[in-house]
Amino acid sequence: MKGKVEADHGRLVSPRRAAVYWRRLRLQPVALAGTFIFFLFLVIALLGPLIAPYDYAAQDATQRLQSPSLGHWMGTDNFGRDVFSRVLVGARDVFYLGGIGTLLAAVVGTSLGLLAGYVGRLWDEAIMRVLDVLLAFPALLLAMVLLATAGPSDLNLILVIAVLYIPMFARIARSMVLDLRTREFIEAARLRGEKRSYILFREMLPNALPPLLVEASIRFAYSIFLVASLGFLGLGVPPPNPDWGRQVNEARTFFDAAPWMLLFPAAAISLLVIGTSLMADGLRHVFGPPVARGSR
Amino acid sequence: MAAVPGHVTTPGRMGGPGQLVAPTFKTERLSVVYLTEQGPLRAVRGVSLSVAAGETMGVVGESGSGKTTLALGAIGYLPANGRVESGTSRLAGVDLAGRPRRELRHVWGSKVGLVSQNPQAALNPTLTIGRQMDEMGRRHLSLGRRAAREASLAMLERVAMPDPQAVASRYPHQLSGGMLQRCALAMALLTHPAVLILDEPTTGLDVTSQATILDLLDDLKAQFHTAILYITHNLGVVARVCDRIAVMYAGEISEEATAPDLFAQPLHPYTANLLRCVPRLGGQGTQERLATIPGSLPQMGDLPSGCVFAPRCPLAVEDCRAARPPLVEANAGRKTACLRWQILRSEEGRQTALQLDLRAAAPLTLSAVPRAPAGPPRVRDGSSSPPGTLVAMPQDLLTVEDAAKECPGPRPRSTVKAVDGTTLSVGAQQTFGLVGESGSGKTTLARIVAGLTRPTRGHVHLEGTPLGPSVSGRDPSVLRRLQMVFQSPETSLNPRQTAGQAVMRPLVLLAGLERREAGQRARELLEAVRLPASYFDRYPGELSGGEKQRVAIARAFAAGPDLVICDEPVSSLDVSVQGALMNLIGDLQDGAGTSYLFISHDLAAVQHLSHFIGVMYLGALMEMGDAARVLASPYHPYTEALLSAVPVPDPTSRDHRMRLRGSPPSSAETPSGCRFHPRCPRFQGDLCRDQAPPWRLSDGGVIARDAATPATADAAAAAAEHAICCHIPLHDLAALQEAGRR
Repeated sequence: MKGKVEADHGRLVSPRRAAVYWRRLRLQPVALAGTFIFFLFLVIALLGPLIAPYDYAAQDATQRLQSPSLGHWMGTDNFGRDVFSRVLVGARDVFYLGGIGTLLAAVVGTSLGLLAGYVGRLWDEAIMRVLDVLLAFPALLLAMVLLATAGPSDLNLILVIAVLYIPMFARIARSMVLDLRTREFIEAARLRGEKRSYILFREMLPNALPPLLVEASIRFAYSIFLVASLGFLGLGVPPPNPDWGRQVNEARTFFDAAPWMLLFPAAAISLLVIGTSLMADGLRHVFGPPVARGSR
Repeated sequence: MAAVPGHVTTPGRMGGPGQLVAPTFKTERLSVVYLTEQGPLRAVRGVSLSVAAGETMGVVGESGSGKTTLALGAIGYLPANGRVESGTSRLAGVDLAGRPRRELRHVWGSKVGLVSQNPQAALNPTLTIGRQMDEMGRRHLSLGRRAAREASLAMLERVAMPDPQAVASRYPHQLSGGMLQRCALAMALLTHPAVLILDEPTTGLDVTSQATILDLLDDLKAQFHTAILYITHNLGVVARVCDRIAVMYAGEISEEATAPDLFAQPLHPYTANLLRCVPRLGGQGTQERLATIPGSLPQMGDLPSGCVFAPRCPLAVEDCRAARPPLVEANAGRKTACLRWQILRSEEGRQTALQLDLRAAAPLTLSAVPRAPAGPPRVRDGSSSPPGTLVAMPQDLLTVEDAAKECPGPRPRSTVKAVDGTTLSVGAQQTFGLVGESGSGKTTLARIVAGLTRPTRGHVHLEGTPLGPSVSGRDPSVLRRLQMVFQSPETSLNPRQTAGQAVMRPLVLLAGLERREAGQRARELLEAVRLPASYFDRYPGELSGGEKQRVAIARAFAAGPDLVICDEPVSSLDVSVQGALMNLIGDLQDGAGTSYLFISHDLAAVQHLSHFIGVMYLGALMEMGDAARVLASPYHPYTEALLSAVPVPDPTSRDHRMRLRGSPPSSAETPSGCRFHPRCPRFQGDLCRDQAPPWRLSDGGVIARDAATPATADAAAAAAEHAICCHIPLHDLAALQEAGRR
């Protein structure tokens, strides 16, 4: 059937958007599980130090390399620190660095993309070519170069994540603008003499939001991986903060004697990355067009 | 299954309308359900239909009535979430319903021909027409490579393709919509299918191309002896091509009859009302209210327990609401699903059934809206101004002077002249209707006036003051006076803003109201366009197409504009909704004293609103003047062709047919002399080919256009009561047209 048939007569008055989203999410058990994992880690990140049974930095020479037990659920490391507590508290940095970094990338990238797409011409060329250059470098390599020059710190990590992900957001925002700019409601806005900023952020942005949110959740999953990789390479959060990546690196030496030291932080990384990816995948369907009714 | 390749149909002798022949294609109590997020949706319920070989069955209904679903369900070709819930469907003795797709595929290929609305999407853009057709022959007729090509060429010949060899080697994007649809038809007929399903085959085409396709169908019907299922919303088209007609409403058949019977005496109140809604050319004068059907199609998820039409039916009684009325035999070959159909047989009964909502509803007051002061209504009297003056006449609200828009063409250094020097003027509180086929430049002209497209030449004046070429350079006070209603209800509202927000914004921005005050006035405006107050907080996704367009109209009127440009505001809506919106647009003019530049491809629609009409072809006006005079002889030959191409919703009318030669024009190459000469049915030879035609005025004046400044001539023509741009003198045109009608 034709597209217009769908909407005419409002055959189905769509309920409020949020209710629709929730129902669609509920229909996808895998995405729901991913979302659950994501929020579980989010809670852990927020409450980490409060629910951790031990101080993550407290060393206990008598308790070195203990295997998992009731006292230490995930065993202890080579300094006798509680691995469980370190994993719990480590979630905080992951969310803090990855989250802020992704958010920064989303805000800056989206703004650049909107501008490039709507103003076009020289602005478009200039912005997109610079971003293309950024995209040309392998992500990890670029991150290592930047961090090696600037020195590892929380702020620098956030900036590196932002710089790496800005091009992706910019590209999506730009393609959305190119699609939206010829729509008639945008022309109606121009006929009212709306300012460019109003058209970009009030008329266009809300329509571009769904794909951007999906992208943000994918990028967040990647950023967890990036933070862990950098931590593993010694370019992550400086000690004594319990960084999952650094934990894995440190555990390598003791793998034969204490595999739990490596296992649990690595599992935390994998679980959060997978959970977030599943959630992102589900969001794509949640925000997507309604499941075809009459269309072939 | 082992289908016999080749000629499946056996041409019977007793073809034609009626029930004499065993039906080739027959559905019995067919029900189709779609599984959606909101639960199962019964789009077609218990429909029985039969089509005999050589017969054309029309299925008419408004959008959402389930006519396409019925056809697709009957051949088992439903989308993934569709199921045939119950009932049977037989094609040439084979049961199709409920068969696995794998088995059906061969039946579809050899026995079913399907032509859909959009040939652009139906044909593979990466293969030539020939390749795609050959594939059909080789796969389903087991022909060899060369035989398949021969069959393809022969079939292209039969659909009246001028140069089959050339067409076969073209890619779909190289052909026009009408040509493509002919190729699609040729492809569908290649296997001599037992049933040919035509799903709105001409809806996307211009009237002139539609007319040639319908002519072709007439010929093919006689040749092929196929059962044809013709699906359309256009009552004029069914009247023209169909033997029998089934009217669908909300997934059920409400009435079935032969074409002459149905149009002469509908026996279902829905049909009676639907027929009333169609705007007709001529006959009634201009500016008359159109009939509408109040209410809207019931939601498929929430159907009334009784007759589905009862909530909108003026004849409905208690019994109608109690149980679904069955489709009963009224006369021989006539069925109706109305309990009270007997009433409709008398003239008084019919009048009660017709909800002639023709009286002007409560006058529309837009007094709450601040308006720029407008002068008293001034009636145009162009004939008094001396010919040859090029001035923005003071009594005109809008004047467009020699506007042109050229864009780079498809080939290097070629230019497309979308608008090629157009001069027109719109009087205060008047409607100027601009008509033309797609590609005539009417939308581009509207966009130039609105400032959305920058003209390469020419000026736009509002009450004598020149307007900037682009909106961004125009003063807010100017923007406020000039607003636009767009074509597509789907994209003219921001899906993330409520109706209230959409209407409030211009009030805040252009009329400078406080938010609270704006909210109050926005509610009043929604009421003025006849939307309930509760719609204030609705998002466009929760509105129907007609409702969205009402919001868009309210938005355009919010700041009290002097001129509203309407770019095909109703053409994507159903007839019953169209009428209501046209009435609204007319009422708003009476209430607010606004002028319109009303653009449409539909002459009948334009006629109802316009005081003045301009007919555009390839970027230039061919005829313009007083509405009544444009729609009466003498016409420009192009106007005449447009008028004769419109299918009349009356199967008994034997219209005089005047068809345009060749395919719709491309503005990449403007023909020499008269730009219409390659297609003109009244082509006069070298004169037309070599020289630009003059403007011929109704008062006998002739203004040559090939002078140094054609714009001056155009301005004079624009000022006249009626002007035709043609080499043939007016009285000769009138005589020719009189002769053609006889």
